[in-house]
Amino acid sequence: MEILNELKKSTRQAYGEVLLELGKEKDNLFVMDADLSVSTKTCYFAKSFPKRFYNAGIAEQNMIGIASGLSKTGKTVIVSTLAVFTPGRVFDQVRNTLVHSNCDVKIVATHGGISVGKDGSSHQSIEDIALARVIPGMRVIVPCDAVETKKVIKKVVDTKGPFYVRLGRADVPVITSEETEFEIGKGYVLKEGKDVTLIGCGMTVFEILGAADILASENIDAEVINMSSIKPIDGDLIIESANKTKKIFTCEEHSIIGGLGSAVLETLEEKIDVFVKRIGIQDCFGESGLPEELFEKYGLSATKITEKVKKYIG
Amino acid sequence: MYKDSIKILEIKSNIARQKIIEVTTEVEGGHLAGSLSCIDILIAIYFKVLKHKPKNPNWENRDRFILSKGHGAPALYTVLAMNKYFPEEELFTLRKINSRLQGHPDCKKLPGIEISTGSLGQGLSVAVGMALGYKYDGKNSQIYCLLGDGECDEGQVWEAAMFASSYNLKNITIIIDRNGYQIDGRTEDVMKLEPLDLKWKSFGWEVEEIDGHDMRKIVDVLDKSRGRRIVIIAHTIKGKGVSFLENNNAYHAKPCSRKDCKRAIVELSKKYELI
Ligand SMILES: Cc1ncc(C[n+]2csc(CCOP(=O)(O)OP(=O)(O)O)c2C)c(N)n1
Repeated sequence: MEILNELKKSTRQAYGEVLLELGKEKDNLFVMDADLSVSTKTCYFAKSFPKRFYNAGIAEQNMIGIASGLSKTGKTVIVSTLAVFTPGRVFDQVRNTLVHSNCDVKIVATHGGISVGKDGSSHQSIEDIALARVIPGMRVIVPCDAVETKKVIKKVVDTKGPFYVRLGRADVPVITSEETEFEIGKGYVLKEGKDVTLIGCGMTVFEILGAADILASENIDAEVINMSSIKPIDGDLIIESANKTKKIFTCEEHSIIGGLGSAVLETLEEKIDVFVKRIGIQDCFGESGLPEELFEKYGLSATKITEKVKKYIG
Repeated sequence: MYKDSIKILEIKSNIARQKIIEVTTEVEGGHLAGSLSCIDILIAIYFKVLKHKPKNPNWENRDRFILSKGHGAPALYTVLAMNKYFPEEELFTLRKINSRLQGHPDCKKLPGIEISTGSLGQGLSVAVGMALGYKYDGKNSQIYCLLGDGECDEGQVWEAAMFASSYNLKNITIIIDRNGYQIDGRTEDVMKLEPLDLKWKSFGWEVEEIDGHDMRKIVDVLDKSRGRRIVIIAHTIKGKGVSFLENNNAYHAKPCSRKDCKRAIVELSKKYELI
């Protein structure tokens, strides 16, 4: 697969840009932030549409409640802060107010995963997908690049009810195109293969594509799936690919407990003939470092993923 | 005329108290004492103050009421039924399987519930969010939010208080059910709230203190609260209306026995005659 390596952009940057577009199109769209608008990139929207932007100050729990109330006066509301604070710090507010009341509020969190880098483990969210996913009715999307991010944001804004969207801080190569589809509940095969299936979300999609390239040079034909929609998840696609390759590796910058890997395993719970290995953060906190150093150390780089695959399928 | 209408509200309160006691006893559950402390306020709100249309609960220009202390559900359900949001018989399904009357208010199930509550400390944020939405839309309807006093231990309450004054909202009324108790005892023993009025004032709110069982005062202060950002500290009695329930925190989340229920109804019926 051809990758436009020179085209790199963070998903949060794409988010900031698409919010500007949407702000012009939809006068019913409101955005909130908790004193991190420069980091989350809601600052562009804030500047262009000051009347439809509310800063909650450093009070995330209240922000969730305000957004919920605002939505109940007929508005679509997006709230942003870092993924480590939502749903973590605001779990009860998200569960008992926002989702319980089926509010038209989208949580778009940036700085997901260890690719946050030098700020270290206090700012590296590795539990957010699990926390969001477990709430009844919450939908969870993790786009893989800037282009997909724009589609995801447009789609969730147009779809009533609560969503959790996880974005990243670091620049990431653009691997999808304007023509690539995105639908809630659909996974996408980026490369077909017959020996092993690699499933990723967010930044790891680029890494599994790289791993597939290395594996190809060693005559292992890997199928690569971008599973940006984690809940609802594309069970049909997973089972179809599992039936073909019988071997699945999931890969995410999230704890192996409760994230994409767990969601894939749940889909396969009645299939005894499929081998599944979850690659992710092994029940530990991250640390400071460059994103690429951290991916290497925590086993998420293309080379580390390749090693893991070879170890298990020899 | 005005005197009469206050009397009618007092009669309604008495009837509502009997209903709350009867229903909670019958279904063997529900937060009794804290429902009795706030029922006069709810009667005043739903029969006198609130602009609402029970037949059209989502009417766009309605005032809104948020029960932040969601465990006061028996009181809220009773006034909603009395306002014909749903049939009164349905009150006896409270807390039962397949009922729309959940242990704590569920806005997906029951018309008239603006937002689900039950986890304390969150309703005020929602109320403030609604006030913000109404302000943006240029509506002059008012948002009313009832908080428990113990509930004010929650930091989120104060985040919301700060937000409302920071955005200079002037369409929100908070009523604090100041019955002096929370689960583990007196509020001043568990977590000091006083000076509560100064706290709210310093957060940028007007404050009024009233006897939360004096119907005339309740109606007066609520009527005058329109177009303001105001906290009404309503001094109430937990379990109000029945001698053996008053200030008896054992009834926080416990209904009367069948025998005590009869006694309570007798007591309230006598009071009814006196109104
Ligand atoms: C966040 C949260 N913590 C704890 C509880 C359990 N709880 C239910 S009622 C209550 C006491 C509430 O006291 P107060 O607000 O004064 O209400 P009232 O005494 O009027 O019933 C508690 C702690 C809860 N519902 N929500």
